[in-house]
Amino acid sequence: MATSSYLKSTVFRRTAVVVLLLALVAASCVGLVGWYANSLLTRGTEKMIEAEAAELKAELVARGFDALAIAVGERSRRGGASLYYLADANGQWRAGNLTVLPTWSGASGRGTFTYPSIAGATRTSRVAAGLLIDIDGRPRLVIGRDVDDQRALLDAIFRTTGLAAVLLALLGLVGSVVIAHHVQHRIAGMSAATRHIMSGDLSRRLPLDGSGDELDRLSMQLNDMLARIEELMTGLREVSDNIAHDLKTPLNRLRNSAEAALAAQSGAEAWKSGLERVIDEADGLIKTFNALLMIARLEAGSGPDAFETVEIGALARDVHELYEPVADDAGVQLTVDVTSNPVSRVNRHLLGQALANLIDNALKYGVSHGRPGQIGLGVSQADGFARIVVSDNGPGVAESERDRVLRRFVRLEASRSKPGTGLGLSLVAAVARIYKGRIKLEDNAPGLRVVLELPLA
Amino acid sequence: MRVLIVEDDREIAHFVQRGLKESGHGADVVFNGDDGLEHALSGDYDVIIVDRMLPGRDGLSLIQAVRASGSRTPVLILSALGEVDDRVKGLKAGGDDYLTKPFALTELLARIEALGRRISPDETVTRYMVGDLALDRLTHKVTRAGDVIVLQPREYRLLEYLMRNAGQVVTRTMLLEHVWDYHFDPQTNVIDVHVSRLRGKIDKGFDKPLLHTVRGAGYMMRDGDV
Repeated sequence: MATSSYLKSTVFRRTAVVVLLLALVAASCVGLVGWYANSLLTRGTEKMIEAEAAELKAELVARGFDALAIAVGERSRRGGASLYYLADANGQWRAGNLTVLPTWSGASGRGTFTYPSIAGATRTSRVAAGLLIDIDGRPRLVIGRDVDDQRALLDAIFRTTGLAAVLLALLGLVGSVVIAHHVQHRIAGMSAATRHIMSGDLSRRLPLDGSGDELDRLSMQLNDMLARIEELMTGLREVSDNIAHDLKTPLNRLRNSAEAALAAQSGAEAWKSGLERVIDEADGLIKTFNALLMIARLEAGSGPDAFETVEIGALARDVHELYEPVADDAGVQLTVDVTSNPVSRVNRHLLGQALANLIDNALKYGVSHGRPGQIGLGVSQADGFARIVVSDNGPGVAESERDRVLRRFVRLEASRSKPGTGLGLSLVAAVARIYKGRIKLEDNAPGLRVVLELPLA
Repeated sequence: MRVLIVEDDREIAHFVQRGLKESGHGADVVFNGDDGLEHALSGDYDVIIVDRMLPGRDGLSLIQAVRASGSRTPVLILSALGEVDDRVKGLKAGGDDYLTKPFALTELLARIEALGRRISPDETVTRYMVGDLALDRLTHKVTRAGDVIVLQPREYRLLEYLMRNAGQVVTRTMLLEHVWDYHFDPQTNVIDVHVSRLRGKIDKGFDKPLLHTVRGAGYMMRDGDV
């Protein structure tokens, strides 16, 4: 990865700013402490010098110039950091451990001056703070204190602090480059995976490093989302494949009927029956489309607003009454068993359609050859749910197939030859979902039992 | 009967117009909601067919405006929206019947006929007669040639609806809607079986059938051939 991309990286920029701020704060702290210590020491020195100047002036006034010279001589001999210079009326050295009048850094006679210091063979220039006092209108007395060591100490403190700040900044910048590299590396992995997914590989997942940090957790969540999307896409693809197949077949039959009628030599009669077959096929297609649209709308979550309180037991009796003659004609015994009359907030027509689909399914696929068909429609109430059971004594549905038959257009091999859209149970499942109910397929030993549970009103 | 068709799809509008004319009715066609309202308010129509989605003023607001003017002319709503909700909204707006596209022409014609007769106050009629079959709406007694026929409650309602619309085609959907009060697709020929049981009770043993099957359309009560 190029260096310029690190410099652009958010992590690097943020870290660098923080490191520089930190270095600045540390430097200012140490600088402030140094400046304060220096001014404290300087003030102390100035006070001592002023006190001494007052003493010496008092000596001069009380006992005269010679006594002052003796006092300066005595003080000079005590050693230490004190510095003195006293000149006579002609400006010649008279007493003190300084032999020449020192040069002041400032214009006035206050503040600091430098003086030569001889230690063995080396001659160095040292810094002192001091006061120049006039005697008889001429500057002749200097009282000073050597502050060179103090200055050197402060200089050392400032230098080390500066160095430390620079080091801190450098180390921090190196650190932020390392962090930026790490984060950039992980994000590059994620964006590579994203590009693959965008180009169509929905099975691809974002890389995890197993650390469980926030990036890892984010990746895990995105992976869960991708898994869900893949599942939905697979479902969609399956549905489109099925739609293509299940709508192509009747369209093909429709076309064949029209073609056969057109080719028929016998004239009007053949055309008429051909057109009737065409209309039948078209009606079948319209039915399939209507059912498909209804399921799609329910699955999109936009159920009917027209809710009403429906007595499920009464509805079941109605639907039973509607289907009983058909079942009777087919030699099937359709019984209704309503043990209670629970009330749910649903749409009567929609739930009626669901019950009709279940009974129609039982009539079409729930009758075994050579066994008198028995279909039961039961309504009961338990645990806050209205429970609708439609059972038959037919071949049943293998346990492994029970989830699958709820999907759109799924028709089991055994029933492929019989008429039907493969949408009946999907609609019942969609109705269960929209009303926050449940649908279960169970073994009726023999046969299939479909249980639809809806929350009570 | 004079029918106003308000439908922006010209092909459907003309198809319906031709169908109505062939059945002996007059039909005017307009293609948008504003013209539709103007015609509905000025013209003298027995039934109005209104498409739900129209350019300009939409179907529902057209119906509301017609009703607001005090007109009671029956309105049939045609719509590509077939959900339970859409139907309820359409009827609430003042429509009298609702038919989903794509529809069969026979279904549309049967419904128009039924709507057109609604203005006649047949609710006050207490006795329906078709040939020698009589239905008394007060005592719920049904007789044919003087012999009493015993019917189940649902069979009675089925016969009552068929006799009220005697001489007119009644489709299976109309029966499901009016006799059972259901708007769903029963998947199988449930209605046919109910009708054939009724036929077994009222026509069996008599030379002249009164309950006829109209191929590709539905049923008709009639004294004589269809």
